[in-house]
Amino acid sequence: MTAQTPDRSRRRPRTPVPRGRVRRPRAGRVPWILVVPAVAGVLFLVLPFAGMLVRAPWPTMGARVTDPAVLAALWLSLSTATVATVVSLLLGVPLAWLLARTEFPGRRFVRALVTVPLVIPPVVGGVALLLVLGRNGLVGQYLDAWFGLTLPFTPAAVVIAQVFVAMPFLVISVEGALRGADRRYEEAAATLGADRVTVFTRVTLPMVLPGIGAGAVLCWARALGEFGATITFAGNFPGTTQTMPLAVYMAMQRDPEAAIVLSLVLLLVSLVVLATLRERWVNAS
Amino acid sequence: MRDSSPRRAGRRGHRPLTGLAAVAALGVALTACGAEDTGPGDGADTFGDALSGELTVFAAASLTDVFAEIADDFQERHPDVAVTFNFAGSSELAQQINAGAPADVFAAANTATMEQVVEGEGLDADWAGEHGEHGLVFATNTLRIAVPPDNPAGIGDLADLAGDGVQAAFCAEEVPCGAATTTAVGASGLEITPVTYEEDVRAVLTKVELGEVDAGLVYSTDVISAEGRVEGLEFPEAEEAVNDYPIGVLANSGDSALAAAWIEAVTSAEGAAVLTGAGFGAP
Amino acid sequence: MRPTTPAPTAGLDAELRLTRGDFTLDVALSARPGEIIALLGPNGAGKSSALRALAGLVPLTGGHVRVDGADETTTAVEHRPIGMVFQDYLLFEHLSALDNVAFGPRCQGSSRAEARSRAAELLDHMDLAAHAHSRPRQLSGGQAQRVALARALAVRPRLLLLDEPMAALDASTRIDVRARLRHLLEDFDGVTVLVTHDPLDAMVLADRIAVVESGRVVQRGAPAEVARRPRTSYVARLVGLNLFQGRGEGETVALDSAPGKDGADEVARVTPREPYEGPALVAFPPRAVALYPEHPHGSTRNVWRLTVEGIERFGDQVRVHLTGPLSLAADITPAALAELGLSRGDTVWAGVKATEVECYPG
Repeated sequence: MTAQTPDRSRRRPRTPVPRGRVRRPRAGRVPWILVVPAVAGVLFLVLPFAGMLVRAPWPTMGARVTDPAVLAALWLSLSTATVATVVSLLLGVPLAWLLARTEFPGRRFVRALVTVPLVIPPVVGGVALLLVLGRNGLVGQYLDAWFGLTLPFTPAAVVIAQVFVAMPFLVISVEGALRGADRRYEEAAATLGADRVTVFTRVTLPMVLPGIGAGAVLCWARALGEFGATITFAGNFPGTTQTMPLAVYMAMQRDPEAAIVLSLVLLLVSLVVLATLRERWVNAS
Repeated sequence: MRDSSPRRAGRRGHRPLTGLAAVAALGVALTACGAEDTGPGDGADTFGDALSGELTVFAAASLTDVFAEIADDFQERHPDVAVTFNFAGSSELAQQINAGAPADVFAAANTATMEQVVEGEGLDADWAGEHGEHGLVFATNTLRIAVPPDNPAGIGDLADLAGDGVQAAFCAEEVPCGAATTTAVGASGLEITPVTYEEDVRAVLTKVELGEVDAGLVYSTDVISAEGRVEGLEFPEAEEAVNDYPIGVLANSGDSALAAAWIEAVTSAEGAAVLTGAGFGAP
Repeated sequence: MRPTTPAPTAGLDAELRLTRGDFTLDVALSARPGEIIALLGPNGAGKSSALRALAGLVPLTGGHVRVDGADETTTAVEHRPIGMVFQDYLLFEHLSALDNVAFGPRCQGSSRAEARSRAAELLDHMDLAAHAHSRPRQLSGGQAQRVALARALAVRPRLLLLDEPMAALDASTRIDVRARLRHLLEDFDGVTVLVTHDPLDAMVLADRIAVVESGRVVQRGAPAEVARRPRTSYVARLVGLNLFQGRGEGETVALDSAPGKDGADEVARVTPREPYEGPALVAFPPRAVALYPEHPHGSTRNVWRLTVEGIERFGDQVRVHLTGPLSLAADITPAALAELGLSRGDTVWAGVKATEVECYPG
């Protein structure tokens, strides 16, 4: 009933402790029963990548990488994945808040629905998007009739496909962060006169920022690698809808070496971006 | 996506199928060792023989239905033979074969991919000596302009695809139907820019069926398989890009006699009838 | 604020009733502006629930909350005229001390500049001007507490709520911080309600104390009154008194049969400072108890023969727990303990002068 516990005073000294000089008991040896599976896990994830490095056509690498077609696909991928992440943030964070902080009928059902794009094959997602947003789709036919707007075969369709498959990662991550956040801070804000919107924007959001960041990274990475829904819903046209994964797939049909080069470029760029972001967050928090 | 149509299992289904094929091929290898001693003397003398063992056929996705039908007939004649298929895009199959995937027969949707295999893993020398070093062409396929049944853009010939505001879907140049498309369009001298280069002919067909594009270039077999959901228009330039389907016994086949028997069945009169019924042309 | 309307009842008038599962809270509180009330009680007594109900953080199942005559019973938290200091202060980690304090005024519609200047003023008043741009984690416990207080006061509340304001502090800093908090609270002209389980906090900080046990107020009064005349064994323990219930029969008080294990058949009697008639409570401090190896002679009126039940160090004294016709605690010096050579199970004579014994209506 009451929040306090008798030993709270001892447990939470408020005296500031200089960071980095905290003396911790020395950790014991790392147990092999954890190390062995962990190393196996890393190898499992990294070895296919090593295979690509070995097979890559290094002598012609420079020329292949700077091919305007490659750069166009790379630019399209990076820009659409970023836009998709922004859209996912705008829609996904409020959705996560609703799921974590409110009670409404069918909330569990909605939460299950959010994970649907994770479960179904992306190609099915692409077909579903066509059926709804295509030129003859449930909604798409009115977009076409009223606004002359057709989505398939446009970069917007690429973004939509990416949002569809990637947003669940963001929603799940942010909802988890919201559930883990100490709600008493929100109560404190309310006692200071903050309405729910203010509490959300000024207190809750800053508190769950790391969770949002992690979710956005997952979302961006998933959007960057998106293939099935994109090729089905947005089609494949160089410079317009052909993202890197599509370019990789097409190259694979004719020139596997070119596919390896494209894959390595995609991998390298995403690693650089993710490492930079991570660095920034780790330093910030 | 994995709907009831077995053709759909084509490209994306190839991985689990490869696994199955590997298991099946292991069986082939084992039984082949035993069969070696009593091996049939002559590849031509296969009908009526008590053929047995397991046969693994790697075939272009567009052959899914016809090969299944021929296999039914084949297995009726030879009850002790088990036929396993791996249907996928021709170039993927070629890569798998060259990477050592165990297969007895390769049926490609174009000569270029067969050539990749000829230069890679190779065809069975005896068989190739008799039937051709580049495989045996057993069927042809010709491009058609596929339009939705109501043909909203009023497409009549290839030139209509170059019209303003007409949305067309082509196969990507990297895949066989795309190469044929390029040849046909090139022969026409027209400048046609599609809205999308699809990853395979099925994807083009889907876009037409859903009405997302006004027209797409697909094969005559695809029009037949769409069962009325699209209409196929013949066009003269298609003759410039007739697609040959070569077939061959692979060098690392565990049972080349059985593989040769399969090819006999495909090229027989009965086999040709099945192919024609599905929209293929005679070689 | 409204000079034309004389405030009907300035200050706090609250009756807090809420039921949650088996637990029932029923607490009435009233206070004049400027008064500081402490809700003192053990953990789980419901005092924090009472505070949260005043804030509107938990809904009441019955009763009312009126502040300066206005009914706030169903007012949403953010619209109540309250300021609250939470147990761990709950300063927003992503904001500087200044922005923490400016948060409330901003929510109430002040411009950024106004809010900041009010915040700076409050921090200055609390000797925190130098720390205005510090992040909460850089502050000491006492500083964090004052920032939290400044943040709560920045919204100009009429009702200030403090939840265990001292609980997050080290024992070593508590005395200074407590004195300083008392000083700061004196400047506040609204009603202050603070919740604590530490009697010392209640004694030092509050004008009046309400002791809450099991969801009910068991005793109310000024700190000195509560300290001198506890009404329940819990309060007696908190304030460090031996407390007995009995019946005044003139010169002596006959104690209700003590729950002691042995010798309970004998009715213990206590002679208080003054004669008393009727149901009574009798209290005396452990330090008033003297121990003797033999029956003492002289003026000591209350003498019992008791058995040692336990001995523990208590500050620089030794506390001896005794049982017999009545159970009590005696504080003696270590030297006296050595001289008596007491250990568990020994018998000893305990004496208390009548002048040390407080007797009041039970």
